[in-house]
Amino acid sequence: MGLLSKKDTKLITDPLADNNPITIQVLGICSALAITAELKASLVMGVAVLFVLGVGNVVISLMRNIIPSKIRIIVQLIVVASLVIIVDQVLKAFAYELSKTLSVFIGLIITNCIIMGRFEAFALANGPWKSFLDGIGNALGYAVILIIVGFFRELLGSGTLFGIPVLGDSIKKTGLYATGYENNGFMLMPPMALIIVGLIIWVQRSRNKALIED
Amino acid sequence: MSLKQNLHNLKEKYKGTKMAPAFNAIHTFLYLPNEVTHGGTHIKAADDLKRTMNIVIMALIPCLIFGMFNAGYQHYAAIERAQGITSEFSLLGSFLTWDNLWIGIIKVLPLVIVSYGVGLLVEFIFAVIKGHEVEEGYLVTGMLVPLIVPVDTPLWMLAVAVVFGVVIGKEVFGGTGMNILNPALTIRAFLFFAYPTWMSGDKVWVYDAVERTGTPDAISGETILGSYAQNQEVIYSTWDKFMGFIPGSVGETSTFLILLGAAFLIFTKIGSWRIILSTFIGAAVMGLIFNGVVNADIITESSKFYGLMNTVWWEHLMIGGLAFGAVYMATDPVTASQTNKGKWIYGFLIGFLSIMIRVFNPAYPEGVFLAILLMNVFAPTIDHYVVQGNVKKRRKRLKAKTA
Repeated sequence: MGLLSKKDTKLITDPLADNNPITIQVLGICSALAITAELKASLVMGVAVLFVLGVGNVVISLMRNIIPSKIRIIVQLIVVASLVIIVDQVLKAFAYELSKTLSVFIGLIITNCIIMGRFEAFALANGPWKSFLDGIGNALGYAVILIIVGFFRELLGSGTLFGIPVLGDSIKKTGLYATGYENNGFMLMPPMALIIVGLIIWVQRSRNKALIED
Repeated sequence: MSLKQNLHNLKEKYKGTKMAPAFNAIHTFLYLPNEVTHGGTHIKAADDLKRTMNIVIMALIPCLIFGMFNAGYQHYAAIERAQGITSEFSLLGSFLTWDNLWIGIIKVLPLVIVSYGVGLLVEFIFAVIKGHEVEEGYLVTGMLVPLIVPVDTPLWMLAVAVVFGVVIGKEVFGGTGMNILNPALTIRAFLFFAYPTWMSGDKVWVYDAVERTGTPDAISGETILGSYAQNQEVIYSTWDKFMGFIPGSVGETSTFLILLGAAFLIFTKIGSWRIILSTFIGAAVMGLIFNGVVNADIITESSKFYGLMNTVWWEHLMIGGLAFGAVYMATDPVTASQTNKGKWIYGFLIGFLSIMIRVFNPAYPEGVFLAILLMNVFAPTIDHYVVQGNVKKRRKRLKAKTA
């Protein structure tokens, strides 16, 4: 037995696939649609949520026995808000351009259903170590989808990956080679992100029939 | 052995295998199947899905042939205009010529082939995976698509759009008869949002205009709507607009042929005359409102909406894709309203919104496809309220009777 017991491993791997917060629970869709036009933004958003959810889950779990249940939502909000402010300030200090692209969506992590959902459903009932793993797992599940969507949208929409030209007009301009591909403007619009998320859901459920609910 | 027998044998050979639907489809598409129904009740009806689709395609053929000639005619006319030559128009002398047809063959036919090839391939793949028969639904869509795109659309873009439209617009909902949105318009909308530079502007509508941009041989292919939107003088006569000797998407320019097709569809009871008529009424009403706005001096010539608002209402019915949309797209029985009263509302709103979008959308002076897609979404809601209204009325009558 290694660092993690079998049950603990499941806490991390489950949200990655069969209990993915975006594709199975369909939470946190707004940010998945809004900021995935660039791969870099998706990655940073994923990391931000990873930090907030990982730390937040532990904090809530530690306080779970002293929070009066009537005001627990307010307490949870305060915890998320403080963590989000830390992320926001760090981004502003070290990656100003990026924080401008992500604009209000970092702040809106507070309202991300995944975070409140995990606090309510997991951290309030489990110990800090398990809560930490659960937070990491769910945030990674969220990040994976964001990165997949961001990858396709940036590649097909702007012809770049992490801002490096690969396809279409952008590579043509550098003069390295021409692919004959033209950037698909639809990819940069939020509706296409929804369609890509839908396609991921489709692929996932056709591979694992147990996930199909009536 | 005849081809029919060969196909039948192939069908027998592959019976029960994964590929069976593919062979079935080819056989039933070309011939009457060898099998007949055994036992039970027989309903003999001539208007099965295949026949319905074929009639719509027949109604579209004149538009396609006209579009092929028009592709060449617009090309040479634009060159002549660029060189400053003015020549007298004659139907046989300058329109129905081999030169024009040749350009139609090299530019329009590939669009048709790609549209059908890619679309049917997707249909076949889905039929094989899902194990049902290949559905006839794509036959009409495949013909509509090349008619509603600009002549210079790159073929690979069309292919990508067709895959998107058929998969996302139709197959994910369960295939033919289950789709919410008209697949042909989904394809058009995808092309428009994905590749706006190829779908709008003053270059794409005439063959070769894009290639010649920036060269001394540059030609322009502004559509009438484009000219109106920019408050420019329009060089085409009313006759040209009605007959369709104008730049535009491949097959939607000739209002005359579209009306012939409409008559054919109404005569064969395939298309709903209620939808066609109410769409034109809706468009005319919106056109009249805008004319009224201009006449009342509410907006002046400096307004950017002036050009299109000032267009006489009946001219709105002839230019752009309104007639084509009203006759061939809005009447799609799957996505339109089903109730008769609903059809009036549905059609009226399509016409009304089309002209509204046409006038107010600065980026793209045509709104027919957007209006139809929007009303596709609302069609079930319209039906719901029509049916509920009827239920309420009858309940009231029942109450009055029993009371």
